[in-house]
Amino acid sequence: MKAAAFRYARATSAAHAQALLAEHGEDARLLAGGQSLLAALNLRLSEPAILIDIGRIGHAAIEARDGRLRLSALATHAAIGRSAAVAEAAPMLAQAVPHIAHPAIRNRGTIGGSLALGDPAAEWPACALALNAEIVLASAARGERRVSAEDFFLGLYSTACAADEMVLAAEFPATAPNERQVCLELARRRGDYALVGVAASAKLEGGRISGLRAAFFGVGATPVLAREASRAAEGATVAEAARAAADALGRDLDPPGDPTTDGATRLRLARVLMRRAVEAMAA
Amino acid sequence: MSGAVEIALTVNGEAVRRAVDPRLHLVDFLRSELGLTGSHLGCEHGVCGACTVRLDGETVRGCLVLAVQADGAAVETIEGLAADPAWDDLRAAFVARNALQCGYCTPGMLASAAELLAAGGVPTRDAIRDHLSGNYCRCTGYHAIVDAVESVARARAGAPAA
Ligand SMILES: Cc1cc2nc3c(=O)[nH]c(=O)nc-3n(C[C@H](O)[C@H](O)[C@H](O)COP(=O)(O)OP(=O)(O)OC[C@H]3O[C@@H](n4cnc5c(N)ncnc54)[C@H](O)[C@@H]3O)c2cc1C
Ligand code: FES
Ligand code: FES
Repeated sequence: MKAAAFRYARATSAAHAQALLAEHGEDARLLAGGQSLLAALNLRLSEPAILIDIGRIGHAAIEARDGRLRLSALATHAAIGRSAAVAEAAPMLAQAVPHIAHPAIRNRGTIGGSLALGDPAAEWPACALALNAEIVLASAARGERRVSAEDFFLGLYSTACAADEMVLAAEFPATAPNERQVCLELARRRGDYALVGVAASAKLEGGRISGLRAAFFGVGATPVLAREASRAAEGATVAEAARAAADALGRDLDPPGDPTTDGATRLRLARVLMRRAVEAMAA
Repeated sequence: MSGAVEIALTVNGEAVRRAVDPRLHLVDFLRSELGLTGSHLGCEHGVCGACTVRLDGETVRGCLVLAVQADGAAVETIEGLAADPAWDDLRAAFVARNALQCGYCTPGMLASAAELLAAGGVPTRDAIRDHLSGNYCRCTGYHAIVDAVESVARARAGAPAA
């Protein structure tokens, strides 16, 4: 289908984009990579009066500095996948990229757009939650603020980013030498949204797992941090931790079913991924 | 129209200037404004890949890019790519291996395949399938397409044909 008519404004800077957002309020949508927004407009799921194109404001840098990895909002999935700094500072993110859609979509889609959209089956929100990233937001009225990933994803396609705010960047803590990071998912076909996926990090010392943070996606209205699994795995050997975490998942997750995959199947698949993720940490 | 916007870009190396409706996507622009009907539309929501074209050297979904976003950019479509001798072997392999039947998916498939081949080396068949996962073909069953892409990669790398 074709999108309904809208007006178009090209922002020249982040401040300009925020001023336009303040001016147009709920009638406006930011246009980043357009890989979710333009699809929704073509399907007429959404009919904003004006699009504010932020594709030319810069803010696409990927920088590792002072123990932090900062991904600016307009960094594309493809650029993140190519970045040596990302592979070193947050290997989970590099592992996630091949699972995100298809190459032509990764060339345009951005991390800022993905975080702002808050799709519960998407990879970046789960990675942000697993690593407890900070999302940097900015608005004309209130300036900049930071929200931790744990407080950012509020519900189905609902985030802490207000209507007059934009995502400027996401900041991840750089990985520690004894930390292991894994991103795995199960999908029917490469590039499809995950049936279930997991983004996990933990410390591995003397063959034992500690501080496991496993964020599951495709299992509910938001990415879900598996706290019971983490408790069950604490201090255990890799093999024990893998089993205990997978067993405990029933207390963390209650995935909804859909016509192709019921909730029990999703939970079973989540357990498989939990085991594989912990085992992969020792590999 | 909701306020036509002036854009200037190059399409297959030729400078083009038009005033476009903001909601016009790139493939409708190419087809209806420029008569370049080699870029196809299947789903118009990013799923099928029939609309794949090159924008500033990278493949994109032409249905998920607005014409106004292509202002100042270099667009290459199958019409331009078909005239490029660097594609002769890929085109020939598609014919030799029967990698197209109705041909609806072919312009997008070629653009995606060319992007993979440009990375160099001989990708595994799984890597070829992964790279083409976003391009639907309703006719061939994909095996012949993977054969064609693999044979070009091997020939370019001087490796024996599979
Ligand atoms: C066929 C297909 C398959 C896909 N598969 C996957 C997948 O497996 N995993 C996955 O994660 N994604 C997938 N995607 C979505 C893709 O990754 C999108 O690129 C991403 O969700 C949104 O990024 P974008 O830059 O394209 O945002 P846009 O589409 O431009 O915007 C999305 C939303 O975020 C808002 N927004 C954008 N940028 C900002 C910002 N900086 N601040 C505040 N709000 C902002 C927009 O207003 C809009 O509401 C798929 C898309 C398609 C078409
Ligand atoms: S028409 Fe663009 S992906 Fe189907
Ligand atoms: S040849 Fe008919 S869709 Fe591919």
